Amino acid sequence: MRYFKVLVVSLLLLIGSVAVFGEQKVVRVMHGWPAQQGEAFDKVVAAFKAAHPDIDVVVEVVGRDRPAILATRLAAGNPPDVSPIPWLGLMAEWARAGYLVPLDGLVDVSEQVEALTPLGYVDGELYGVWQSANIKSLVWYNVNELGPNFNLPTWEALLAFTKGLAVAGKPAWSIGLESGAASGWPGTDWIEDIMLRTAGPELYDKWVAHEIPWTHPAVRRAFELFGEIVLNPDYVLGGPVGALTTNFGDAPAALFTDPPQAYLHRQATFIQGFILNTYPDLVPGEDFDVFPFPPIDPEAVDGIPILGAGDVSVVFKTGGPLRGTRPEVIEFVQFLASKEAQEIWIRELGELAANKTVDADAIYTNPITRKAWDILLNAKVFRFDGSDLMPGAVGAGSFWQGVLDYVSGVPLDTVLETIEQSAIEAYGK
Amino acid sequence: MRTGRWQPWLFVGPALIIIAFFLVYPTVMTIVRSFFGRGQELFGPNVQFVGLANWKYVFTSPTMLLALRNNAFWVVMFTFFTVTFGVLLAVLLDRVRYERIIKSIVFVPAAISYVGASIIWKFVYAYRAEGLPQIGLLNAIVVALGGKPVGWLIERPWINNICLIVVGIWIWTGFCMVIFSAAYKNIPRALLEAARIDGATEWQVFRKVTLPLLGPTIAVVATTMVVQVLKVFDIVFVMTNGAYGTEVIANRMYKEMFNFFNYGRASAIAVVLLFLIVPFMVSNLRRFTQQGVTR
Amino acid sequence: MTSWRSVLARIPLHVVIIAFALLWLLPTLGLLVTSFRTPSDIFGSGWWTVLAHPFDFRQYTIQNYIGVIYRQGLGRSFLNSLLISVPATFLSAFVAAFAAFAFAWMEFPGRRALFMLVVALMVVPLQMTFIPILPIYRRLHLSGTFPGIWLAHTAYGLPLTTYLLHSFISNLPKDIFDSASIDGASPLRIFFHIVVPVSVPALASVLIFQFLWIWNDLLVALIYLGATPNVAPVTLTVANLVTNRGQNWELLTAAAFVSAALPLVVFFSLQRYFVRGILAGSIKE
Repeated sequence: MRYFKVLVVSLLLLIGSVAVFGEQKVVRVMHGWPAQQGEAFDKVVAAFKAAHPDIDVVVEVVGRDRPAILATRLAAGNPPDVSPIPWLGLMAEWARAGYLVPLDGLVDVSEQVEALTPLGYVDGELYGVWQSANIKSLVWYNVNELGPNFNLPTWEALLAFTKGLAVAGKPAWSIGLESGAASGWPGTDWIEDIMLRTAGPELYDKWVAHEIPWTHPAVRRAFELFGEIVLNPDYVLGGPVGALTTNFGDAPAALFTDPPQAYLHRQATFIQGFILNTYPDLVPGEDFDVFPFPPIDPEAVDGIPILGAGDVSVVFKTGGPLRGTRPEVIEFVQFLASKEAQEIWIRELGELAANKTVDADAIYTNPITRKAWDILLNAKVFRFDGSDLMPGAVGAGSFWQGVLDYVSGVPLDTVLETIEQSAIEAYGK
Repeated sequence: MRTGRWQPWLFVGPALIIIAFFLVYPTVMTIVRSFFGRGQELFGPNVQFVGLANWKYVFTSPTMLLALRNNAFWVVMFTFFTVTFGVLLAVLLDRVRYERIIKSIVFVPAAISYVGASIIWKFVYAYRAEGLPQIGLLNAIVVALGGKPVGWLIERPWINNICLIVVGIWIWTGFCMVIFSAAYKNIPRALLEAARIDGATEWQVFRKVTLPLLGPTIAVVATTMVVQVLKVFDIVFVMTNGAYGTEVIANRMYKEMFNFFNYGRASAIAVVLLFLIVPFMVSNLRRFTQQGVTR
Repeated sequence: MTSWRSVLARIPLHVVIIAFALLWLLPTLGLLVTSFRTPSDIFGSGWWTVLAHPFDFRQYTIQNYIGVIYRQGLGRSFLNSLLISVPATFLSAFVAAFAAFAFAWMEFPGRRALFMLVVALMVVPLQMTFIPILPIYRRLHLSGTFPGIWLAHTAYGLPLTTYLLHSFISNLPKDIFDSASIDGASPLRIFFHIVVPVSVPALASVLIFQFLWIWNDLLVALIYLGATPNVAPVTLTVANLVTNRGQNWELLTAAAFVSAALPLVVFFSLQRYFVRGILAGSIKE
């Protein structure tokens, strides 16, 4: 009987499929850079293999589901050796749970951009080696509409510009808060950027660590200042409903229609890729450009504080003589952070390097990225995206949801109390 | 049917072994884990016993109560429309020569992945500011009729939930149609012909002959649809992720499990799904027993 | 012999069916049109605007399809998806058909309770099963292997397939079993020579959906097989068309059709089995 043969063959295969492990050194890496970014990473891997012919590198690319996959494989005792992750809050959780290899003395981070280095530490131990960074405190505009070197250096100037356009019946801002399952994050970036400018970096850190409650006046004020713009139908394209229903990737496109539907867009460096994807003919620096999101309370913080994010490589304990890992894994992580590797792939990644010794003129052929790199190197105050530092239940949960609720008309008190409730649970304090 | 004592076990054995390992064992673990706290491991030094804390959350938190309410709404709307459309299509399509083409059209949504489906519906529900060209089909119609564009997925409490349920119905009607069609085609034509010769109208034939004969299949498909609703996750996850009052139980479970790493709470929520299916199982059990008696 | 009156009487039937089909087709049509448009067109106007001049081919582009089809590793991932779906589909259909047959027509202790258990387990969210199972999989060296994922998919599909097949098989007329039993046929013989042939429409419909769900699965594959190119399914290649920030999502419109193509072909070719069953001609006792 044919069907029985199928069954028997499958059973035999099942028995015969016991994995055989060779003696070759292998580094297993799981990253979240699909598409062109992944191809750029492959070039780095090829360079590493060329230099280390005895080491094989097995790459797994998982986009959206990576937190789920990593968490499950960690719980099952089957993680990859290395993974560059953008969730520093998760890095801290995993470090404290004992999943991660402490890297002090194993990996040299002296070439790292200074602003980034402290963020790789958890409780005084090095766990994260920076791979790439991006900065978020940027306002994008259409040069053909507003002229070259346009800048709104103060919050007052920004509001005055916004009001002026509103009087003329034109919305100044295009805001997109929709991001599928991650909807709300662009709004949390706004709140964080404002918070950093009104409350200052020390209070910002306390807020992220939940040492002040969400009902604190400083947090409330940050929401209200964001609300001053986003809740005003004359200031935002489509009003609050437009902001809620527009995908973050589509939002900047409104700046480049004829006539423009909006004039300003606040978003991180990576949004450039979306603009060029929709309008391939635009030239960065000539047709569109950026200026820094302006300070709000100049006495709260020195200069223009910069909000950023990025990826740090963490090493999971997978067995081996080096605190739970193997020499070839450390070698690979060190290589990823090196000038050589960073110069190969950062340009194609569309992000900023984490190694300050890279040849900036060579890898940042794009004037806007170059500008962002200078901003990052010179930032007096640099803070990481707060929602990526908070526990998931807040940073990727009630905070996202709270922003959406606030913009959709839920009273601010209710919003903040709801987030506070979840924060008390999540931080355990 | 006469069989030896061991023969039935040969037939059900493979299924029972596989199910015991992949479903029963994890379910037992899930029940046990629901009394333990956060963390992503099954057990270990980082996992603490928390008693009924997760259960208290499941039955008292506003989010979960909202999710339960939404799931109840889903159960009613989704099950009613998928089953009704499925039966009607199965019966009506049997009478036309282009049956295969129409069946394929209704089947297509089932073949398209959730990611594809979410993009499709993005172009149905999309919102653009008043005065700009609408790229969403629904708003284009609304505006053409002189109305103002609506934020379909934002408008709580019912419009956005209905919009999500419509996507579910669009995806699952094909499944119901195929199953009902297979059952309908097994109904002896002579029974239908006999009724027609007796002078019954088509509607009477449908009500008095077809529907009762399809009864067991309807019960099975309806139960399946209820289970799908309880587990509904992908649609909500990709379109709103539960924002604006659209939260559902399974999405909450996924979030607690994989975004918040609260395995304990996710377990409690998963066990609730098991409770909720019990009434439907009881009604199935009754039917199963009745069938046994008639043999 | 059709008179003009009966033709006229059937007009409402055709209208209802065609209206329903158009309604169902409309969203898919939107996706199909969108998959041939550039990102700036997609952003600028509704997809239906192309219908004003449907044969003006300047408004279409095949760039999205090129982006998908020339994707590195697409061929290999198609093969992987087949290697995952086909054996898993047949395995689950057969295990389920065996069980459904026994549950429907054999007497054994605990039959009812076991059947209820199997069906109730439909509701178990598969996400909750990963962490208990994975450590065991590791120990058995099943993680990362195709047999490992065949078994997993078989298990996750079993409750539903058993339930559906049971509903068909239990409705078969009793006399066909009685006469076979009298002839001295073994249950195995009855299963292959009577149950399977008369259940072809049911088996075909269960097979097609089981195939579809496995084909469209991403999560189970990521958990049990991992994301290395030598095992990853087409759903992963498609998901990875888009950058981690969601850029290039317009490629997904084309990818939706590329990855749905095979299930649709399977459906079309199975259509000939969705015909009036052998039993429909005979009269139930």
